[in-house]
Amino acid sequence: MSEPHRGESAPRAPLLSIEDLTVALPGDGDRPEAVSGISFAIAPGETLCLVGESGSGKSVVGQAVLGMLPHALPVTGGCIRFAGAEMPPQRDRAFGTIRSAQIAMIFQDAGASLNPVRTIGGQLAEILAVHGIPKPDRRPRVLEVLRDVALPEPERIARSYPHQLSGGQAQRAVIAAALLLKPDLLIADEPTTALDVTTQAEILALIARLKVEHELAVLFVTHDFGVVAEIADRVAVMQEGVLVEAGMAEDVLQAPQHPYTRKLIAAVNPTPRTLGQHGDTPILDATDVNLIYRSGFLGNRKALHAVKDVSLEIAAGRTVAVVGESGSGKSSLARCLLRLEEIDSGSIRFKGQEISTLTGAPLRQLRQSIQVVLQDPFSALNPRQTILSAIAEGPIIHGMAPADARQKAAELIELVGLSAQSGGRYPQEFSGGQRQRICIARALALEPEVLIADEAVSALDVSIQAQILDLFADLQRRFGFAILFITHDLAVARAIADDILVMKSAEIVEHGPADRVFAAPAHPYTQALLAAAPGLDLFRRGSAA
Amino acid sequence: MTDTATATRTAPSIPLSVKLAMIFVVCFVLFALFGHFLTPHGFRETSLFHRLEPPGTEGYLLGTDARGRDLLARLVTGAQITLVVAIVGTVIGAVLGSLLGIVAAAQRGKTEAVIVAAIDVQASLPIIIVALFMLAMFDNSFTLFLLLVGLNGWEVYARLMRGATLQAKESGYVTAVRALGATPARIYLRHVLPNILNIALVQFTVNLPLTILLETALSFLGLGVQPPLTSLGQIMSEGRDRLMTAWWLTLLPGVIIFCLALSVSMIGDWLRDRLDPTLRSER
Amino acid sequence: MTGYILSRVLRAALTMLVTVTLVFLFIRLSGDPAAALVPPDAPQEVIDQYARAMGLDQPLWQQYLGYVGGLLQGNFGFSIHTGIAVEETFLGRLPFTLHLGITALALAIFIGIPIGALAAIRRGTALDRFVMGFSVFAFAMPNFLFGLVMILVAALAFSAFLGGENANVIWPALTLGLAAMGSFARFTRSSVLETINAPYMRAAEARGVPFGMRLLRHAAPNAAIPLVTLIGLSLGALVAGSVVTEQVFAWPGVGQLLVRSVATRDLAQVQFLVLVVAFTMVMANLIVDMLYLVIDPRIRAK
Repeated sequence: MSEPHRGESAPRAPLLSIEDLTVALPGDGDRPEAVSGISFAIAPGETLCLVGESGSGKSVVGQAVLGMLPHALPVTGGCIRFAGAEMPPQRDRAFGTIRSAQIAMIFQDAGASLNPVRTIGGQLAEILAVHGIPKPDRRPRVLEVLRDVALPEPERIARSYPHQLSGGQAQRAVIAAALLLKPDLLIADEPTTALDVTTQAEILALIARLKVEHELAVLFVTHDFGVVAEIADRVAVMQEGVLVEAGMAEDVLQAPQHPYTRKLIAAVNPTPRTLGQHGDTPILDATDVNLIYRSGFLGNRKALHAVKDVSLEIAAGRTVAVVGESGSGKSSLARCLLRLEEIDSGSIRFKGQEISTLTGAPLRQLRQSIQVVLQDPFSALNPRQTILSAIAEGPIIHGMAPADARQKAAELIELVGLSAQSGGRYPQEFSGGQRQRICIARALALEPEVLIADEAVSALDVSIQAQILDLFADLQRRFGFAILFITHDLAVARAIADDILVMKSAEIVEHGPADRVFAAPAHPYTQALLAAAPGLDLFRRGSAA
Repeated sequence: MTDTATATRTAPSIPLSVKLAMIFVVCFVLFALFGHFLTPHGFRETSLFHRLEPPGTEGYLLGTDARGRDLLARLVTGAQITLVVAIVGTVIGAVLGSLLGIVAAAQRGKTEAVIVAAIDVQASLPIIIVALFMLAMFDNSFTLFLLLVGLNGWEVYARLMRGATLQAKESGYVTAVRALGATPARIYLRHVLPNILNIALVQFTVNLPLTILLETALSFLGLGVQPPLTSLGQIMSEGRDRLMTAWWLTLLPGVIIFCLALSVSMIGDWLRDRLDPTLRSER
Repeated sequence: MTGYILSRVLRAALTMLVTVTLVFLFIRLSGDPAAALVPPDAPQEVIDQYARAMGLDQPLWQQYLGYVGGLLQGNFGFSIHTGIAVEETFLGRLPFTLHLGITALALAIFIGIPIGALAAIRRGTALDRFVMGFSVFAFAMPNFLFGLVMILVAALAFSAFLGGENANVIWPALTLGLAAMGSFARFTRSSVLETINAPYMRAAEARGVPFGMRLLRHAAPNAAIPLVTLIGLSLGALVAGSVVTEQVFAWPGVGQLLVRSVATRDLAQVQFLVLVVAFTMVMANLIVDMLYLVIDPRIRAK
């Protein structure tokens, strides 16, 4: 870390200082204040990561700085100072000259924060126009910033509409918009959360470079300590509206004080799993599976090769993680193995018996043995069915007496860590993590031998993720089923898997024991993935030291 | 806020306007069912001595028409017919359209293509034009008229239900239940149907006033319900020539039609907001 | 993009073909078409001659081809009452209906859309409630009642008669446009509300774009996209409404012609008018689909 920023005795005056900021949360919220008495400061050219999970109030702070808090969230105390001057009240007209010119902001979903029916160039030039830049100067400046964020062919990008850009390009365009008027502070609200890990790494590197080149201070709002490890000078951790820990990034990462901080860091740097009992006989295996999605009609026919010549093997009681970025075909593979898609060629065997050709009753019979937990716990449960009835449904379908099935369901509800009384309630009454527990109970009610989890923790906050992963491991020890865990998140894969399969463009490019793949990735793509995963190499360095 | 349990169901209070609308609908139904106790006259009973009596005439509470028939008695019968045509017609459209929509989404392939093409054709022909064409081609009978009115809006149900079924089919809960080994019958009856029925119900309340307006419009043109039977629209049509001298013959049934359509659509709007605030008006 | 255009044109052609086929089938089902298409007092030999000329002695599919061929060549038939070619009578009536319909559509667009947008911007205010109330009122108001009340009020208050071909178009246009006005207002409101809360609106705010400019340059183009569909669809409602409105105001347009033809069972005239309506609607939908290419870059890219 560079010396000038260290310690309280920093000679430079803070660029942004927030003192005792309190924002009320009127109405039915789970707490009276969205943000309670937060104080921190950012020096010029410094990156501060504001870390917390959803609902921690971290985004509220970012919005308050730009005067964008809605009426529903009134500021009830404290003050925000920028470059020595106190900020106008929320939503004041005076913010018009501050936004973009002095403080710029970028959001999580870059694609959505661009107007879909206007060109990138038009939207960027508009910002210059709003701030009084004369017309002849606009276009050169727009092209200049587009070049600055390393977008290829700035001329073409300027003419493009948002939907013609990839997620990474859109985020670069949004960052370019933020740079237009050379602001002193950039507020970045989870700008890389929606991106694939390799794209995320590029965007983080871009922000780090711009920070130096433009002497830009950055308030980086994130939930991910991996990101903190990559770019933060300082860290502030928020939990339920309260600042629980703050300090220099290295200090916090190496020696977190607050238990909540420790939990968040552990999620990025999980303890690799200790191997459980294993059989060697494959319980589920596949050879040369191909799946092609066809769509369109007449001259418009399209075919998408979603799974290409995939072979894999899962031994009883083992956990295999399939890792890949979005569009790599990993979820399609899961649907093939679950027999939810008809494969175009290849074979899938369960305990040596061919299952890819089963239909009707024998297929329904097979489903007892291979169960699924899906990504989105909010859509995975029928909103009109009580959770007890949802969990009991599988056994009832397969011939168990309803009374026995309900008895079993009640036991499972307790087993996954919910109270026995909650069986009569509807899914809407549960949180995301609780719903995922219910989904696991529903899958286990059939006592499956293989459990396929499709991004089963991706929709959850990191601390909840850890709990659900523990639950998977615990139940696996108890019941001995094999798990195929589909995930885009290397930290999750590391926490749960014995074996790793890496997928890229519908094909498996690497597979092997987790230890080996993480320690010595063989395929260049795996190497790139590991290098891009935020924080992982830092932690590896840390644990080696 | 992923991990704070939400949505405890609270009973919402009914706004005053919706309460009034409900009261009107109940009164209208009671009027249709028991209104004939209010008058000693039959709806076809003519009296040469009591032609075009204004409302308030003794023995003729709401006055009489040009043939001396009691307006109150005619309104009761008109209300009955309008109510029957509206409800039967709306049910025909709802059942037919919903079934076609669900079948299209469940079967995909050629069946779906045919149904979607039929929806496109219907959508490019206003139902009143179809009705007029059929009434010109065939003899006007009450059954034909009922069927034609019943076709009103079937394509909207079909489109909505097809979309909703496709969405439900792709939803996580159906995927999970399929993976449990449920039969297609179980999936559709216990999981898909309960989740898409709301949409048909809301559309029903949007379609019902439209069906009332279609029936009364056709009857007003003299091409709908034929004498000796009568409906609210037909009463208006008969009174139209004497609008200047006996306005009540036209305006009374007209105002009843308007209030009925208004009440039903207000209840429908309220129901839509209650069942699903994200569901937008389809018209 | 060519795929999109091709599929839309194909769909329009298919829709038209199915409509023509259905009309043909129903005419055959309805009884002896020769008897129906010649004047009722025509002697039997005229009917037979007509039947041979129409090819009624041929198999059904040949008759069908003949029918479609005739339509394509512009042989639409003759009115049984006047003996005039059906398209001639239609063309004589068309200017009245266009005058009425365009005025009504203009009223609906230039009143309905602004008040809907205003309601969305001033959400929750008395103005918003008034606009929403108006849209429910307009939806539930039968146009024949509204028209008759206007005629009555004009007659009683100003001793004026609002009907007939020399009357001011504004009254029937208001009657015809009322329902569309209400639904435009309601739909515009929800469309604008949706765009006002879109992430790119917040992003524009964060970039310092002032409120008015956000509305005009960011919200409006996006809110307009579904409105184009709605205006296309409302054409059907206007055609349907004109049938009744023209009758109420004795407006000598196509709608009145249709009602009269149905009442007198002038089949040739009726079938022609039905095909014209179908053609108009199909074309309107096609134009809407093509307009999308202009206003929505996402479709252009397909």
